Amino acid sequence: MTVNHGSKRVVVGAHYGLRDWLSQRVTAVLMALFTLVLVVQVLMPGPMGYDKWAGIFAAQWMKVLTFVVFVSLAWHAWVGMRDIWMDYVKPVGTRLALQVATLVWLVGCTGWAVQVLWRL
Amino acid sequence: MPEMTRARPGTMRLLDAVKYRLPLAGVVSILHRASGLLMFALLPFVIWLFDTSISSEISYETFASAFVVGLGVVPGWGIKLVVLALIWAFLHHLIAGVRHVWMDATHSVSKAQGHSSAVFTLVASVLLTVALGAKLFGLY
Repeated sequence: MTVNHGSKRVVVGAHYGLRDWLSQRVTAVLMALFTLVLVVQVLMPGPMGYDKWAGIFAAQWMKVLTFVVFVSLAWHAWVGMRDIWMDYVKPVGTRLALQVATLVWLVGCTGWAVQVLWRL
Repeated sequence: MPEMTRARPGTMRLLDAVKYRLPLAGVVSILHRASGLLMFALLPFVIWLFDTSISSEISYETFASAFVVGLGVVPGWGIKLVVLALIWAFLHHLIAGVRHVWMDATHSVSKAQGHSSAVFTLVASVLLTVALGAKLFGLY
């Protein structure tokens, strides 16, 4: 391993997928833990209905946690969808358009979720 | 050399790919992708469910009645079927994801381990989907 920048930069090999691999797992673990936290609260004693359900998300820590999970979800889905487009869609223009549409879709959904969380 | 170039099969098409018999680990893998795509496509519906279920008691009624009388042109059982598909997609994606993390953490990457964990993933996700689906359709 000598010079690895400029025109000498090696564009294949190890580490180029490491960031996606790691972020996919970190965001996944966050979402799995959130699922656990939510399931525990849902299974707490008391009849299931609007009061209990809305009560779970009324606490500020739960709003912040849910927000973090929505961001994780968007990031996770971006990595996954990008993989799908890269595998199956070869024309560069179409692929770019689909990737942009994916980002718009995910950012839009996250914005909506944030609005739901903090107007309660 | 020209003969070799001609002999190359070229890009594999889906038609060629389906001729291969997938091992169960491969089934889990493609379903992991398919379930992720499904949840991505239905994400606005999921947020709509979150929104109506939580925003007010009036919107909660809208949420609950969607499963009974339906939503627009979609009947109640149609909504339940879509939610059932989402439940399966979530469970399969979650368990297949935990399988990946388990493989990474413990280096459980032999053929036999891959097969048995694939069987576990498929069985557990289907059983849990059936259990939650029965609740969704009011069987208990």
